[in-house]
Amino acid sequence: MSDMTCKLLIIGAGPGGYVCGIRAGQLGIDTIIVDEQKPGGTCLNVGCIPSKALIHAAEEFHKLSHFNGSSPLGITAASPQIDLSATVDWKNGIVTRLNAGVAGLLKKSGVRLIAGKATFQDGKTVKVTTGDTSVQIRAEQVVIATGSAPVELPFLPFGDTVISSSEALSLRSVPEKLCVVGGGYIGLEIGTAFAKLGAKVTVVEAAERILPQYDSALTRPVLKSLQALGIEVMLSTKAKGLGDKGLKVETAEGSEREIAADKVLVTVGRRPRSDSANIASLGLATDGPFLRIDDRCRTSMQGVFAIGDVTGEPMLAHRAMAQGEMVAEIIAGHKRSWDKRCIPAVCFTDPEIVTCGLSPDEAKKQGGAVTTGQFPFAANGRAMTMEAEDGFVRVVARKEDGLILGLQAVGRGVSELSAAFSIAIEMGARIDDIGAVIHAHPTQSEGLQEACLAALGHALHI
Amino acid sequence: MGIFTITLPDIGEGIAEAELTEWNVAIGDEVQDEDVLGTVMTDKAAVEIPSTVAGKVVWLCGEPGDVIAIGAKFIQIEVEGEGNDSAAADAPAPKAEAKDKTDDTAEAAGEKPAAPAPEKSAEKSPAKPEAKAQSQPASQSQAARPAAAHRPLAAGEKPLASPAVRRRAQEAGIDLRRVGGSGPAGRILHEDLDAYIEHGPPTARQSGRMPALGTRDVKVVGMRRRIAEKMALSKSRIPHITIVEEVDVTAVEELRGQLNAAHAANRGKLTLLPFVMRAIVMAVREQPEMNALYDDEGGVVRQYDAVHIGIATQTPAGLTVPVARHTEARSVWDCAAEVVRLAEAAREGKASREELSGSTITITSLGPLGAIATTPIINHPEVAIVGINKMAVRPLWDGKEFQPRKVMNISCSFDHRVIDGWDAAVFVQKLKSLLETPALMFVED
Repeated sequence: MSDMTCKLLIIGAGPGGYVCGIRAGQLGIDTIIVDEQKPGGTCLNVGCIPSKALIHAAEEFHKLSHFNGSSPLGITAASPQIDLSATVDWKNGIVTRLNAGVAGLLKKSGVRLIAGKATFQDGKTVKVTTGDTSVQIRAEQVVIATGSAPVELPFLPFGDTVISSSEALSLRSVPEKLCVVGGGYIGLEIGTAFAKLGAKVTVVEAAERILPQYDSALTRPVLKSLQALGIEVMLSTKAKGLGDKGLKVETAEGSEREIAADKVLVTVGRRPRSDSANIASLGLATDGPFLRIDDRCRTSMQGVFAIGDVTGEPMLAHRAMAQGEMVAEIIAGHKRSWDKRCIPAVCFTDPEIVTCGLSPDEAKKQGGAVTTGQFPFAANGRAMTMEAEDGFVRVVARKEDGLILGLQAVGRGVSELSAAFSIAIEMGARIDDIGAVIHAHPTQSEGLQEACLAALGHALHI
Repeated sequence: MGIFTITLPDIGEGIAEAELTEWNVAIGDEVQDEDVLGTVMTDKAAVEIPSTVAGKVVWLCGEPGDVIAIGAKFIQIEVEGEGNDSAAADAPAPKAEAKDKTDDTAEAAGEKPAAPAPEKSAEKSPAKPEAKAQSQPASQSQAARPAAAHRPLAAGEKPLASPAVRRRAQEAGIDLRRVGGSGPAGRILHEDLDAYIEHGPPTARQSGRMPALGTRDVKVVGMRRRIAEKMALSKSRIPHITIVEEVDVTAVEELRGQLNAAHAANRGKLTLLPFVMRAIVMAVREQPEMNALYDDEGGVVRQYDAVHIGIATQTPAGLTVPVARHTEARSVWDCAAEVVRLAEAAREGKASREELSGSTITITSLGPLGAIATTPIINHPEVAIVGINKMAVRPLWDGKEFQPRKVMNISCSFDHRVIDGWDAAVFVQKLKSLLETPALMFVED
């Protein structure tokens, strides 16, 4: 077993780890990054990117399927077909390109990327095993960025019929009947995509509503769309296990029922990989299943940092990236701490939901008077021309001085508003600031300005 | 349902426009017949505009501070039946909808709005009144803009600053909670950080206190604007000469005490003010040029036989001057009662236009705050004003020894264009002698 040394060792090359590596490399820190899988982590390999590829393909197919002579656009198309295997190959091609891209960026920054399984020997020593060979790496500083994995239900273990999101994104054919356990954003995103590809989709959710982290105003257009796609949404329904034909459930009324399914997709959440790589041997302080960190992403052991999903909610790639960048700079000797005001969150359902900062309820709970303004896409010219009139943009502001506390939107393509939302909040914008900014016409972005004007009491187009 | 438009009524002779000072109703409010809709300000008085119908308010002509022409559309009310404004009935009420939406917590999200396509709703409301065009250029967005306030941070609250400012502060090791923000909503700007880095927080280091950097813009509207205009007019047009004289009021105070002891129960309590009024009545009998209005454009000083004394009075809304009419015909008790009545009316905002105009000479007093001397500003277009300062017991030399005497300075200003210094001094001396020998005030030749 050979020995290597470095100043910074990063365990995990997901969005948190690789960004940390790139930035550390830019700052001249001698860095090694280790991952069993190809670089990019869950996000790039089995998460964000593959799911968005599938969602896009499903949307294109769905559009064509509905150009059957009844489209108000006057377009008619011949009966379309989809070869999901080819779609998956296309998706894999994108993933491969991005894998190579990340590897290239790491290389450009002078970071050594080692493929292998890491095991902590002590807080500064890690054994990396690749096939039959292993190497021991000693580092001055260590960053744990091991991410998260889909939660498995004990009575629905992943296997042939029961799949996680990772497998769902690599299915080579469209299942005739797909049952999704969990009405969170991952289940709804993938379920919607498969419904658009022609599967008969049933969503089973134990809670009373879908997407429970969002308020009902935001989720209402999504629920409407799910129903329009023919997706059966069973709320207050518990999965009980596999039956002969599909999934056995206990309905809201308390009766047993079996939902026919070729595949059962379980998306009931993600768990941090805080038990991998022998992390437990370090005896780090934890918060529930997560590694406990401070505002500099330091764990309870000196010189050991943790970033990304392993450190808790929200489990979002861009949070991990921001943490990774910050930690690299801290290790380089810069004074940094986590001082973000907001982390935008996007749900790529149809229509999309984007949120940033506080919801009206959260803002009210924090105390102080709040004003809200809302602008519906039904009054937005661009939305009309895209047949995307469902949804709205909403702003939540402090009544006292109009400081924007939160921004939310639901509608087609609103994920792209996330930049405007987070910039507004991070910059400390007030509703009159945004109201006074020229927004290009015709765009859905106008909804942001109009929501702010509505909060000021003088929306122009409603 | 129809729209009933109420125009701004003619509220006083010769008034062409009035300033809107307050709305008592908002869009969406239900009002009854005779409910007060809003208040406008004329030259002197605040006038409440009542509703003449019952219904729902759908349109307001402007915001406090706007000047509204007499006869211009003031308010529109949705009423049962036809209303009086068929043109307005067809018009949308965009402001009302926007306002409703503001307070809505957006539960109705996703539902299609009542408003149609943007092109249509972007059309200007035909209900826009001509009065708005004459109004002050206080745009709606400005008025609706929340005022910048320097608010203390709550526990755990992060200071407001852009990411670049936060990063610079961290690098410089500066806790942004110690840096005052001069930006909107108290946002800390690069300039604030520059100033902190360059000058440090010297006051904070010495005292542990934060420098206060906030500013507030207070719009000068309503009564305050009237006062400002009036003061500017007086000070810019009238070259003032002010004479301060010491008056021994021991005798008049004794007299006052005796009169109060004897008659307070049934005739009311006397203050010094009615005696000063009496002294003025006596003094202007000899110097009628002091009881006059100067029309400088017409080149005429109009002297009055009647002595209408304005009493400068502090009210919650600001300085106002109710007028005690015909003090030449009143006893000291009448004067006292009239002053009390007028002061109450003025403080409660109930003084009529007539009670707030027509003075020929004015008394100003700061009461117990009255200082040693003041420089009263003449109540334009009058030519003289008598200021009363605080009374105090001071030692006066009687030729042999110092005696404790009740002494009060009076500060009198005169329009030097038409009153010479000599005459002014004579007038002040006359007041002094009358107040020092109060019996003279009651000697009728």
